[in-house]
Amino acid sequence: MAAGSTEPPVVEFRHVNKTFGDYKACNDISFHVAKGEFFSLLGPSGCGKTTTLRLIAGFEEPDAGGGEVLINGEVVNRKRPYERQLAMVFQNYALFPHLSIERNIAFGLEMKKTPKSEIPGRVEKAMQMVRMDPGMFARRKPAQLSGGQRQRVALARALVLEPSVLLLDEPLGALDLKLRKEMQLELKHLNKQLGTTFIFVTHDQEEALTMSDRIAVMSNARIAQLGTPAEIYECPRTPFVARFIGESNFFEGKATGRTADGHGFTVEGEGGRYDIPHHPVVAEGKRVQIAVRPEWLDVLRPEDVPADENALPGKVQEIIYLGETLHVLVKVGERTVAVAVRNEGQLTRPLGFKSGDAVAVAWKPEDCQVLEED
Amino acid sequence: MAGPTLRQRALRFLHDRPQLKAWALLAPGLGWLLVFFVVPLLLMFGYSFMPRNVYGGVDLGFTLENYSRFFDPLYLGIVLKTTLYAIACTALCLMFGYPVAYAIARAGRWRNFMIFLVMLPFWTSFLVRMYAMMFLMRDSGLINKTLMDLGVIETGFEMLSTPFAVLAGLIFGFLPFMVLPIYASLEKLDLSLLEAAEVLGAPPASRFFRVTLPLSMPGVVAGSLLVFIPALGSFLTSDVLGGAKEILVGNLVQNQFSSARDWPFGSAASFVMMALVLVAVSVYLRVRDAGDEMAKEAKS
Repeated sequence: MAAGSTEPPVVEFRHVNKTFGDYKACNDISFHVAKGEFFSLLGPSGCGKTTTLRLIAGFEEPDAGGGEVLINGEVVNRKRPYERQLAMVFQNYALFPHLSIERNIAFGLEMKKTPKSEIPGRVEKAMQMVRMDPGMFARRKPAQLSGGQRQRVALARALVLEPSVLLLDEPLGALDLKLRKEMQLELKHLNKQLGTTFIFVTHDQEEALTMSDRIAVMSNARIAQLGTPAEIYECPRTPFVARFIGESNFFEGKATGRTADGHGFTVEGEGGRYDIPHHPVVAEGKRVQIAVRPEWLDVLRPEDVPADENALPGKVQEIIYLGETLHVLVKVGERTVAVAVRNEGQLTRPLGFKSGDAVAVAWKPEDCQVLEED
Repeated sequence: MAGPTLRQRALRFLHDRPQLKAWALLAPGLGWLLVFFVVPLLLMFGYSFMPRNVYGGVDLGFTLENYSRFFDPLYLGIVLKTTLYAIACTALCLMFGYPVAYAIARAGRWRNFMIFLVMLPFWTSFLVRMYAMMFLMRDSGLINKTLMDLGVIETGFEMLSTPFAVLAGLIFGFLPFMVLPIYASLEKLDLSLLEAAEVLGAPPASRFFRVTLPLSMPGVVAGSLLVFIPALGSFLTSDVLGGAKEILVGNLVQNQFSSARDWPFGSAASFVMMALVLVAVSVYLRVRDAGDEMAKEAKS
């Protein structure tokens, strides 16, 4: 993204560390965010994503000698938030309860000494941007609005400043599912339409996949993996990432030799022998851990397995009807493997097997991900 | 199955009559107020229109003289002085109390201990505290003696029986009533609001005047009333620390009921003071509301 461009990244972290007492919240964090990008910090609670966002906002400073935070190419370690020209949407919206909606939105403009004559127009424009009727809502107090409406006001209050970076701290967490899906798309559209850089903190992996250009998956104060949604989902680097994003089946084994074509490895593992693609961390004789997404697995009758696919014998344990898909749980050795099968209509084209049948779980060697240690 | 027990039926009865339940809960307090507040107040109101009896009490009859006596410059002066004392005490308590409340609200795990310290003076009686102030401020009291021993001053300050002494005593006595309500409203303040203001470009002073102060106004109003009203009616402080020089309306009332044995005039003085409180409080609330309105107008 930023590669080849002469513009500095909008936000850049260089080996940033942040400790609270004994607790390390950010451990050697480095990344950069390009102009206009929708960048997500994703991870479970306590992984350091919120601290990272607060370091960008300026509520926290990196440890002494603990790296540099840059905004638009300038080191801002010691700059207070009000000197940083950012905007932020808070998890609880943090609307000023004593001010009307229009006065909430105008707050930042007044702080930045915007000419008085300009303010009403810009407030109105911001409200329209988040699809709120100024005539109806401008004079109301935050307490008179629903959660979704407050969310929009918080967004308008940030966007009215035309910031170069908008920070969003789990802003959709308090909304119900339907509204959340709606806001996800709306945020994404605003990001593209305004060209503003969005940095979005969430613990919801689906949300991150839906909205982001790139995702930094965080775990234990470090970035476990940074990449596009497809890279994160299809090539998780570690067991943590594979587990945290989507569902995965994990297999362990030992690399015993090379495959016939000489590129991949043959693995002897629980449940049988299978091939895996080439990967720098794998060497003959070493332990290997792989992950395979349920939807990339097939359940076949043992005699139907194509010659070029891996297959492990097992027994159908349970078939779960989910509507769009069916989850087939297959017992392979000691392990239960989940396989997602497209539902082509159980009344018209039922599955060719039932609970208790002997089957094979099959996948193409290139569809498994070789994992590094966490 | 047996029918519902008496207790169940009684609870059911109350549950079906929420109004009755509310009145039942209010009854003890209301009864108390009726007997010990409303009845004496009506009595005093009656007395204030009757001629005095030289041995205390009243004679039957009707007169407005007890009220007309207030137009004497002597008494008007006392009313004016009392009002000024109360206003000065409230303003100074606010000045000293707000920062204290703010500090406590931000004191983290020391909060409860600091609140305890603020309440500590209540462990001794008001009278004892005022005498303690007197010992401090006497001509040969701790303050003067220390300063003289240190060679800072030659002769002691005359502090007792001055407005300074009375004001100092009032502030010492009523400061906690200012600190506690302000603390209560600051403690509730959502700190993310200040972060939001900061990220929106508000430097510290703007954050205080645009967010913290407006949101702590309920505490400021409550604290001001809690200080102003008792300050207006105080008599002990001025008696102990002001001597004969600093007579306030409270002393006047007290004197009429004790040494002067003029109950009707004492009653009238009480009602004048109550009127004063009502006027002052309504003016205060009016001004505050007008301030709010003006702020709204100015902003929109």
